[in-house]
Amino acid sequence: MRLVVDLNRCQGYAQCAFLAPEVFAMHGDEALMYDPQADDTQREHVLRAASACPVKAITVEDEAGAPAAGRAGASRVG
Amino acid sequence: MPPVSADGYLGKFRREGRIVIVGASLAGLRAAETLREEGFTGTLTMVGDEPHEPYDRPPLSKQVLLGKVPYDHTALPRRRAIDAQWRLGVAATGLNPADRQVHLADGESVEYDRLLITTGVRARPWPNDLEADLDGVFVLRTKDDAAQLHHRLKAGPRRVLVIGAGFTGSEIASACRERELPVTVAERGPAPLVGALGGVIGGVAAALQREHGVDLRCGVQVTGLEGDPAGRVRRAHFSDGTAIEVDVVVASLGATRNTEWLAASGLGAGPRGIACDAGCRAFDVRGIVTDDIFVAGDVARSPHPLFGYQFLSLEHWGNAVAQAEVAAHNMISASSDRRPHVWMPSFWSAQFGVNIKSVGVPPMADQILITQGSLAEHRFTAAYGHQGRVIAAVTFDQAKWLDFYERQIEQAAPFPTDFPTVDRRPEGMQPQSAGFPDPSLPSHGPTVTLSGHSPADRRISFTPLRA
Repeated sequence: MRLVVDLNRCQGYAQCAFLAPEVFAMHGDEALMYDPQADDTQREHVLRAASACPVKAITVEDEAGAPAAGRAGASRVG
Repeated sequence: MPPVSADGYLGKFRREGRIVIVGASLAGLRAAETLREEGFTGTLTMVGDEPHEPYDRPPLSKQVLLGKVPYDHTALPRRRAIDAQWRLGVAATGLNPADRQVHLADGESVEYDRLLITTGVRARPWPNDLEADLDGVFVLRTKDDAAQLHHRLKAGPRRVLVIGAGFTGSEIASACRERELPVTVAERGPAPLVGALGGVIGGVAAALQREHGVDLRCGVQVTGLEGDPAGRVRRAHFSDGTAIEVDVVVASLGATRNTEWLAASGLGAGPRGIACDAGCRAFDVRGIVTDDIFVAGDVARSPHPLFGYQFLSLEHWGNAVAQAEVAAHNMISASSDRRPHVWMPSFWSAQFGVNIKSVGVPPMADQILITQGSLAEHRFTAAYGHQGRVIAAVTFDQAKWLDFYERQIEQAAPFPTDFPTVDRRPEGMQPQSAGFPDPSLPSHGPTVTLSGHSPADRRISFTPLRA
């Protein structure tokens, strides 16, 4: 499953690292490192992480190749 | 398709027009998704010189080099299906705006009614061809570059040389140290990141590198790379007369814009990018804005009202997304419904365990003030001032404060700042010179380039568009 994190938005709350530790990990105190092609067995954890992200920085693709979490991860304009 | 009326043409174009996007990376993909999202049902063709579907580049210098993520695992998630015809592995070689044709490397041509150019940038290679061809000399821009470099780092080279201490070079050096590889960084300027963040913050970046065991050499040039009889790189020579033994060299000399294919097109395209208006429409060489050619992402340069209407070229992930969305919207909208691209420049970098983030345009600044935290602790917020207003802010491991400073920049708030902050230290009481080098001196390039005439340099109030 594909995902991307808008790291301009990310403020290091680390909710994702608690909810899907196989996919998201803090690197140092604030930087986030993640697996952009997580194993499908992680889907439930990743979706939970995406919806818990306080700044909605995580975009997840669903199985059919369309977005799973609404407009999460859409960029700001303006 | 001559217009009977403007609306009639637009409606027909949205239903059955032909859009070609040249450049199948982040900006091209997000533009395609936006076109479909906003109801374009015509033909969409995606042309890309790399044989891969759109993938994300930031992980290549971080997770991929660390071996945490395979190089071919960064394909971008799709926001929606785009129903496009893909022409991957085929570069565009020319553009004929009169015939509305894009010429391709395989000899074919594609016709368009409206064109979006998102060809981005490529890594600037080591300038000596013979030395660049030595086995063990790399650049890092594509996932194929990352695959080769990672493979070589995994083999445990005796020493890695990184030439150029901009963001990419510094991240590569960081990954090498995390892999416990000996690494030398050579930078022509006085400090790492100096072109993008100035000398004060560059000093912190230098301290970070040295504390993590990097052999950092500033103010020197690499004068030559030497190979062994088998054609493998073995030694690097510096302008101070010293030399080191190396097995791997990574040239991180910044980027070159992919505009050569437009040389005969009549568009206002050159080494600095393709000039376009705030609505992403390309200028031709006469300075007339085109009706049917749009530009977005790293290859574009467009005027920004917050920064003196200077033309900004931004090699920023977020800019590629935001500008692609605006360009796509404008391509299929009537002129009264078009939006300006007035995105706040923002970027991040993770290196040596520190999260570096920036908003605004630091290289415009003349002064800097450490408003929170401390340089010595490598955890701080720095505000940058330009002629009495806040123009940018940078955080090291303090990203949570950036939104506040973004508002300050949008409001052209006075500098030095007049607000109290938590954790202000004695070093935050007085502004100092930001320490940007003379732009005519050689160094790694900043990731934002200012170019063009500023018609007025006065304070403006800025009301961000609510999407």
